[in-house]
Amino acid sequence: MEQHYFNHALTFRKDICIGCSHCMTACPTEAIRVKNGKAKLIDERCVDCGECYRVCPVGAITVDQNSLEEISNYEYPIALVPSVFSGQFPDNITHAEIIQSFYDLGFSEVYEVEHSVDFVVEEYEKYLQKEHARPFISTFCPSVVRLIQVKFPTLIPNLLLHKAPLDYTALYARKKLLDQGVEPDKIGVFYVTPCAAKIVAIKSPVGEEKSTIDGALNMNYMFNKSFRIIKNGISSKNKPTKKPLSKQSICWSLTTGESSIFSNIRSLAIDEISNVLEFLEKVENDELDGIDFLELRACDESCAGGILCQGNRFLTAEKLRKRATYCETVEHKNKPKTEKEFFEMIDYLRENSEVQPILARPIMKLDDNVVEAMSKMKRMYEITNVLPQVDCGICGTPSCQSFAEDIVQGRADIKQCVFVQRILEQNEKLLAVDSANIMKDIWGHKKLNKNSLRDELKDIM
Amino acid sequence: MMEFSFEINGGDFSNAGMISSLVKKTLKQLNIDGMIIRRTVVALYEAEVNIVAHAYSGVVNVNIFPDKIKIKLTDKGTGIADIDLAMQQGYSTASPAVREMGFGAGMGLPNIKNNTDELNLESTVGVGTMLEFTNFFEPK
Ligand SMILES: Nc1ncnc2c1ncn2[C@@H]1O[C@H](COP(=O)(O)OP(=O)(O)OP(=O)(O)O)[C@@H](O)[C@H]1O
Ligand code: SF4
Ligand SMILES: [Mg+2]
Repeated sequence: MEQHYFNHALTFRKDICIGCSHCMTACPTEAIRVKNGKAKLIDERCVDCGECYRVCPVGAITVDQNSLEEISNYEYPIALVPSVFSGQFPDNITHAEIIQSFYDLGFSEVYEVEHSVDFVVEEYEKYLQKEHARPFISTFCPSVVRLIQVKFPTLIPNLLLHKAPLDYTALYARKKLLDQGVEPDKIGVFYVTPCAAKIVAIKSPVGEEKSTIDGALNMNYMFNKSFRIIKNGISSKNKPTKKPLSKQSICWSLTTGESSIFSNIRSLAIDEISNVLEFLEKVENDELDGIDFLELRACDESCAGGILCQGNRFLTAEKLRKRATYCETVEHKNKPKTEKEFFEMIDYLRENSEVQPILARPIMKLDDNVVEAMSKMKRMYEITNVLPQVDCGICGTPSCQSFAEDIVQGRADIKQCVFVQRILEQNEKLLAVDSANIMKDIWGHKKLNKNSLRDELKDIM
Repeated sequence: MMEFSFEINGGDFSNAGMISSLVKKTLKQLNIDGMIIRRTVVALYEAEVNIVAHAYSGVVNVNIFPDKIKIKLTDKGTGIADIDLAMQQGYSTASPAVREMGFGAGMGLPNIKNNTDELNLESTVGVGTMLEFTNFFEPK
């Protein structure tokens, strides 16, 4: 079974894009092409990792987020703030101030996302005992889940089908209000997100029918809002902050956050998407023996390196680890880990956290039919042999390989290759003006206007 | 039908797995069922490593038909004296150096057997070994 419906949280703005192809080169799933001077996303291939967003020099890729104004649609807007958020702030700002600033912004409740980690860890420990394809692969990072769906569908049975702290904290926060008699549609749960992947996970969740979260707020934007309030003086100073988090909770979204917890099994943490890609190849070949659990995160330094985190990822991670050590030694000493209330709600949380199976979304197949796919593959080999293997990207495709694939799939013409053009020109099979027109179709008229360089060229030639 | 062939050098552990990865990519492009890809790749990887670990050099021939994949690995090497014994779980003659690299549990051949639909193993001591297996794309 395959899944066909999905959307993305990244929008390519044609009006801003300068067709520089940086994003095309950066994309780990070769999901971007250049056409008519603009970057174009092939939806099926995108895993929302945001590598394109990082490299765009003009900010033409934007993240589709909810606006802060939307919280006023709810009588009880709840903010779910991940711990990496506080890691962005300078040392002289306290964690309490950061949390309190959200009340000033209009939220009626503020929770740290990792509030439920201690509970989740206990649930995971039970889950890891199950009869299951090994290694278990964490589903924490939505980009990794999508990467597996599109490129490594054979590893889908390894995915740990269990909800993440975000879902539990959302369920918990909502249920507390419901128990006080608040009507369901008066409650709005908003997540401050470090990345586009989490937005997509909320808007079109994989393995769930409907998300428990009503909106996603851009962390970068919220940082600026919160920072300004703290600088100008918080008025919600008296608002209580929640019980301090445990060390493992604060570090959960950092690299080794999950893998370091399960001490009785062998586990491994890998961050940054190209490392993850390389490693998944090995997992698929069954090359690692004895590893039971894999924590895989798309960003370098995990969520501290999320595309919407404005702080330096290394400094953010260091700050969080410092805070975690402090909480452990000072605030959390000798206290029970999981809050009593979580256990009182345990049946409700379990009932509402069923995860649907995750389906493949294979992008590598050349055709549904094997015979047809084989003949396409043969053509691809023939074409690849003609191509220069320079991976220059001038054809508007990230590599000679993907260009050959685009040709057999009818998405590209071999004359888009500059090398092929020169060969044809030498054989008088193509005119220079035709080559120029082909280039214009890829890179736009502006970059190839024959008059644009005339005067400047006189000087340099 | 499609055909590829590759060469393997004995002792070259750093490249073991390359052929499996290539075959895997091809099978994905052909839209073969994930379970079958996985079985094929696991078997091929073990067979590849066996040549690297126990032989001097080898050739891998991969033939893909519309309904099946047939892989034949032929090597020049010590050969296997007792094939039935070698097929048993836990039997290994791997050298200490090979064990050091994490191989030599004696699980390779049994694993190959478990992950293939048809398997043929022939060997001549002092000459070499031929291992051939087939996996069908539709479960039989
Ligand atoms: N291509 C080969 N040439 C020579 N001997 C072989 C070859 N393949 C297997 N053998 C012999 O058969 C034995 C069992 O092979 P098998 O693959 O099951 O285990 P292993 O390679 O020793 O260890 P593992 O595969 O678990 O790393 C080997 O130890 C070796 O003696
Ligand atoms: S590592 Fe964290 S921030 Fe990066 S994509 Fe995954 S979930 Fe988002
Ligand atoms: Mg072996």
